[in-house]
Amino acid sequence: MMNSIILNAATRLLVALLLLFSVYMLLRGHNLPGGGFIGGLIGSTGFILYAIALGPEACRKALNFEPQNIAMIGLGISLGAGIYPVFFDDAFFTGQWWFIGDRASGDYIPISSVLFFDIGVYLVVFGSILTLVLALEEEV
Amino acid sequence: MAKGGAEVPRLAGGPAGWISVLIPAVLFAWFAQFLGPVAAGDTPLIGFDWVPSMGIRLEMLIDGLSLTFALLITGIGTLVTLYTTSYLGKHPEYPRFVLYLMTFMVGMLGLVLSDNLIALFVFWEVTTISSYLLIGFTSDSAKSRRSALQALLVTGTGGLALLAGMILLGQAAGTYSLAEIRTMGDAIRDHAQYEAILILFLAGAFTKSAQFPFHFWLPNAMAAPTPVSAYLHSATMVKGGVYLMARMNPTLGGTEPWFWALIIAGGFTTVFASFLAIRQTDIKQVLAYTTLMALGALTLFIGAGSSDAIKAAMIFLVVHSLYKAALFLMIGIVDHEAGTREVADLRGLARKMPITFIAGALAAISMAGIPPFFGFIGKEFLYKAGLEADVATLWITGTIFAASVLMFVAAGISVARPFLGRLPERFKDVHEGPFPMWIGPFLLGALSLYMGIYSDIPEIWLVGPATDAVYGSDVSVDLYLFREVNEAFILSMITFAVGFVLYLGHGWLRTLLARTITANPIKFDPGWDRVLDGVKGLAEWQTRYLQSGVLTRYVFIIFATFALATGFTLWAQDALNFRLDLAAELEGLLFKHWAVLLFITAGAILTALTGSRMTAIAALGVVGIGVALIFIMFSAPDVAITQLLVETLVVVLVAVAMLKLPHLAVRTVEPNRPFHAILAIAVGTITTLVLVAVLQGDLDLRLTEYFNETSYYEAFGSNIVNVILVDFRALDTFGEIAVVVIAALSAYALLRGTRYGTIREDTDTGPTREEEDRI
Repeated sequence: MMNSIILNAATRLLVALLLLFSVYMLLRGHNLPGGGFIGGLIGSTGFILYAIALGPEACRKALNFEPQNIAMIGLGISLGAGIYPVFFDDAFFTGQWWFIGDRASGDYIPISSVLFFDIGVYLVVFGSILTLVLALEEEV
Repeated sequence: MAKGGAEVPRLAGGPAGWISVLIPAVLFAWFAQFLGPVAAGDTPLIGFDWVPSMGIRLEMLIDGLSLTFALLITGIGTLVTLYTTSYLGKHPEYPRFVLYLMTFMVGMLGLVLSDNLIALFVFWEVTTISSYLLIGFTSDSAKSRRSALQALLVTGTGGLALLAGMILLGQAAGTYSLAEIRTMGDAIRDHAQYEAILILFLAGAFTKSAQFPFHFWLPNAMAAPTPVSAYLHSATMVKGGVYLMARMNPTLGGTEPWFWALIIAGGFTTVFASFLAIRQTDIKQVLAYTTLMALGALTLFIGAGSSDAIKAAMIFLVVHSLYKAALFLMIGIVDHEAGTREVADLRGLARKMPITFIAGALAAISMAGIPPFFGFIGKEFLYKAGLEADVATLWITGTIFAASVLMFVAAGISVARPFLGRLPERFKDVHEGPFPMWIGPFLLGALSLYMGIYSDIPEIWLVGPATDAVYGSDVSVDLYLFREVNEAFILSMITFAVGFVLYLGHGWLRTLLARTITANPIKFDPGWDRVLDGVKGLAEWQTRYLQSGVLTRYVFIIFATFALATGFTLWAQDALNFRLDLAAELEGLLFKHWAVLLFITAGAILTALTGSRMTAIAALGVVGIGVALIFIMFSAPDVAITQLLVETLVVVLVAVAMLKLPHLAVRTVEPNRPFHAILAIAVGTITTLVLVAVLQGDLDLRLTEYFNETSYYEAFGSNIVNVILVDFRALDTFGEIAVVVIAALSAYALLRGTRYGTIREDTDTGPTREEEDRI
């Protein structure tokens, strides 16, 4: 924890921005550079910054969940996205797609089990890194 | 128990108890419906696709052999679980025990019903693991932990051999279906790898069924609670190996190696175990060794392979399962009520425990082979098959004669000794066991009598179809108690006479055996300890050398291994045989490329030369960012972003960890580390050479093209890297994120562990080796 006013003030803004950016990277990942792994890394950077500026305790409070639980939930979501297609007579981890709206005109929102898989990856990376960093910081 | 359920009989153990009894009972009823079709010669296949892409189907093959086993497993299972409600129902861990027992039952049923070899193996291992958990159920006793581990290691090693054998067999036959494999016996027997397949299968079967020299784990496994001994280590699991040999008889049997391996191992185990049985003073151990003897006899007769021998083996299989389960349960009741199982102490309990005595007596008479019990029929057919064998007649007959005599003695020791005679003062207050406990042995004992008198019943429904399945073609089975005075009958009479004399002198016999055994220098159980100590010593030695706990040394070993292995491969594969036109290569470089190269090189040099840790970390970050720039230049934005973020995180993480590191005294940090320098240069050079060598060949672009073409049209994504990660290779990614979580959790545990210093010293002194003369 550093007692720097500039860092403290900037962190409050940056954390929000980084989190928003990480979700943006996660969602655009299927078509443009990004994805769950990168998103998770960016998101965790936000909270690491928070931990450095305001201390690990404040960071845990802001997180609201134990980071290792976040990682486990992410693993569960990914597994769920993998098992889901089995109920539709597809092999394990086959992507399932829904196109909400009119596909022919290009005016639609695509949603897929693959997206949920990526969200799981995001949470795993996010949770695992924070588990490590917070444990290390508290150690010092 | 629900309120108002007064009419429901109370069962100790609560809901878990009820469930544990109902499951096998329902399954027993379900399997019983197949008795008719199977006796009529039908072999139903019931199943569904499991891993269709690898052609693995989960299929149940119900024929005479598997049905006989399934009925024994579920039938005896019902009685044993009912018994357990009383025996262990009050135990705080009872539900856990039920869970293990049910797991085992599923595994055992799967083992005998699977049509697919791989599925059979999976269930085989399920029984091994659940057996481990059940033997070690009283996990606070060092002895039971040792026995559990021993059983696991012995049968587990055999299981691995079996897996290898199954894969070879599957490849040789071109199918993993047992129903198909058993029709192609001739082709398998002539196959070039027949011997290898045979050895691997027998390694699996012999360890599971505790054949000499892998016999020592079974008597130790009796550290388990009595229901486990009765169920797993007598009636069902240990017969898994026998099942396998019987199942494989049409495929692998009938050759010289098969014949000799089985009759020698089986015969030797039979005689050896029956002598050891007489030597024991603990009745449960007597029964344990007679179980070993029965397994040996089954192996012997499956090996002998004639239709008579197979018939005899199948009869004996049923006979033994009935009486042995009953006897184990009986001694459990005695132990439960009287508090001891020692032959020397127990006397005259018949007056106090009449029903248990009757149950035990019925089973023991069947074991001794006295008419009109089913055991007599079993023994007659064993003699008949032995006398009519073409080869090794004397060996087979002699073996089974010795075993039958000693079984007669063992039957006397197990039941006549504890129940007859004067009741000692200390057992005045002993009383009869509760209903759920005595009903099992009583029914099993009664069944031994019933099947002897009405021998048509087992003949038509069990033994007949089972013999057909094992022999591979129809065999006429006709069971009878007595028809004429023949050689087998005369041999039976001699057996009784010799057995009776030896029973009278069994105290003297035991002393003699004990003396012989103590004098024998070869001991298997202590030998096992020595092997295990050796393995531990090796592990300790290599840990001391490779896992020194000094990070610098770890890194050194890893990189040195990399440099040596890669360098050797480069040299051995002659991969350096190319000419590099350096001038032409450098010509195409633009200014920005030179700039990045300079950037990276400067970072690397600074890392190597600086004396400050912080500077080194930051400089290493510079190298990483330079690499990320290269990725950007060659249009791999995903990789570049990841690289940048990871570099940033690494610097942060290491910087945080640095604060924790102790300050080293100036003297301990050598400014000049020639070995490290040599290693660094070697690794750098070799990596460069590998990369240059790779670029000499043509790149295989088939995968790239495939993903280029399909990622948008089949997976609806235009970022190929991401589509590969989350869709095409999602299973790999899943494996990776699982590793990430595990790594994070382990690191967390490590950090927390050192923080609280809660790692306790294990005060356990290890197993007691009280019985040094046990073999």
